[in-house]
Amino acid sequence: MSAHFKKKGQSKQEIPTASLPDIIFMLLIFFMVTTVLRETELLVITRLPQASAVEKIDQKRLIQYVYVGQNRETGESGVQINDALIDDMTDIRDAMYRRLVEEPATIVSLNVDREIETGYLYDVQQELREADALRVNYSTASEAPQ
Amino acid sequence: MPLLKRRTKRDAEIPSGSMADIAFLLLIFFLLVTTINTEKGIYMQLPPKLDEQVEPPEIKDRNLLVILVNNNGDVLVEGEFMRVDAIRGEIVKHITNEGRDPGYSENPDKAVVSFKTERALSYERYVEVLDEIKGAYIDVRNQYANQLAGVDYPTYLARLDEDDVDEVKEKYPLKISLAEPDPG
Repeated sequence: MSAHFKKKGQSKQEIPTASLPDIIFMLLIFFMVTTVLRETELLVITRLPQASAVEKIDQKRLIQYVYVGQNRETGESGVQINDALIDDMTDIRDAMYRRLVEEPATIVSLNVDREIETGYLYDVQQELREADALRVNYSTASEAPQ
Repeated sequence: MPLLKRRTKRDAEIPSGSMADIAFLLLIFFLLVTTINTEKGIYMQLPPKLDEQVEPPEIKDRNLLVILVNNNGDVLVEGEFMRVDAIRGEIVKHITNEGRDPGYSENPDKAVVSFKTERALSYERYVEVLDEIKGAYIDVRNQYANQLAGVDYPTYLARLDEDDVDEVKEKYPLKISLAEPDPG
């Protein structure tokens, strides 16, 4: 009997912890990869035009996205900044002004629908000029549009 | 009894030596799979807000190439109709004129391309024409970079050190003016 107990006490019952950091690391990477940082839901239709003389913008943190296109529900032309539609054109000015205070080198990426009239685009641009957000990028599609 | 003895000897640990390798493998896999969609587009500088007190700078007529696109999508360069694929050559001629032809610019530094459209034009056409204008500048810069270093402008740019002067940009500065839109 006593021999039986002794043997049980001798066997190692510990969980090996040497690989624990690796497991944590793995999980960390997994979540880093799968987490989508604030996916903007487009409330306007933006079918981008194609162009060839394009440049790449590497500094993603400088970019402020502005979407111009037809509203998905009402069909009217509308402007979306981040994830909200703009009610009034002058709101663009305020939003851009606030953004420029935070990041003076902001580049405004204009995602404009192909069918939008340039007159409407000019109105948006006038607002950008009012806010002194002068660096713009006309976002284009590289492949054939869907 | 021999059965019990064998049990005690058995090593219960999970081999952890390869764990780091697995982690790295996964890391590499996700790094490769993740698409970093870089923003692509036509970069432009909008004109600053008009100041009532400051008079806009005078530009000689010969240094200014006016491109107007009307509501039908017709392109007018200096008042004359032109096909979209022809304007690139016209702009290149304008920038690289160096004062030879009195109808074009005096030098590349003074040459300005003014781009204006009517309000009802579709954005697609707007980008199409703007693409040609940008393309003309890229062509000219590539050509000059080829002359200087024998490589394209992007390659030339990549070879430059931080404190080096970008001679190509100095020689052919990008001067595209997005004109004040017509009211109404």
